[in-house]
Amino acid sequence: MDNQMEIKFLSKSENESFARIVACAFVSQLDPTTEEMADIKTAVSEAVTNAIIHGYEGRPDCMVTMRAEMEGDYVSFLIHDSGKGIENIERAMEPLFTTCAEEERSGMGFTVMESFMDDLEVESTLGAGTTVKMGKRILHTKR
Amino acid sequence: MQIEYNHQKKCLIVTIEGELDHHTAAAVRETIDKELFSGPAKNLIFDFGHLTFMDSSGIGVIIGRYKTVSAQGGKVVIACANQSVERILHLSGILKLTKVARTRGLALEMI
Repeated sequence: MDNQMEIKFLSKSENESFARIVACAFVSQLDPTTEEMADIKTAVSEAVTNAIIHGYEGRPDCMVTMRAEMEGDYVSFLIHDSGKGIENIERAMEPLFTTCAEEERSGMGFTVMESFMDDLEVESTLGAGTTVKMGKRILHTKR
Repeated sequence: MQIEYNHQKKCLIVTIEGELDHHTAAAVRETIDKELFSGPAKNLIFDFGHLTFMDSSGIGVIIGRYKTVSAQGGKVVIACANQSVERILHLSGILKLTKVARTRGLALEMI
């Protein structure tokens, strides 16, 4: 592994943009294109938002962990919450599926992560939390 | 994030400057709904010329407003979206419901 970082932050919605900025700063070492950077920013935003809205059901006093690793031109992000967990991962990953329709959630979070990253894995245990792991090869790296 | 709006030709034009995510979505929703319910506008134009970031929370905001506007027989047009915002618009399928325009002027012509 070439590089690694980990941060923990409160499950406040303000921290969604904080997590995006940290993710961008970390991946900038690989000199990605604007498009690759936007993909990562959006996917991280979706995962962190899910942790806050669904994992912790909007409670602002819980901790979200984001870990990032870099190996060659491949960057991976792990976003973890110790919240309520997902009952049915397959169903949660279906486009437009949402448990929060009344709050105008689009149900597109996992679809965005899947489309904008190369790899996506979701592990969840009811009552224990959810871990989203996603990775992307930075093709336009100058390394 | 800053929201500005003005009325033109029975149309509410909303300019969102900065980032539209879950954190900022509530303020955007409230501002637009207040104007839509109290003002004369039947149609809605989102001017995304100064929008630097949007994730699927923004899609939720657009779909919600589309429901309100289309129920009154109005139209929704998204103007001036940058490339990364346009990618998420395409991915979401929302462009089957709303139109996109390169400029605010073209958006007004589509109404």
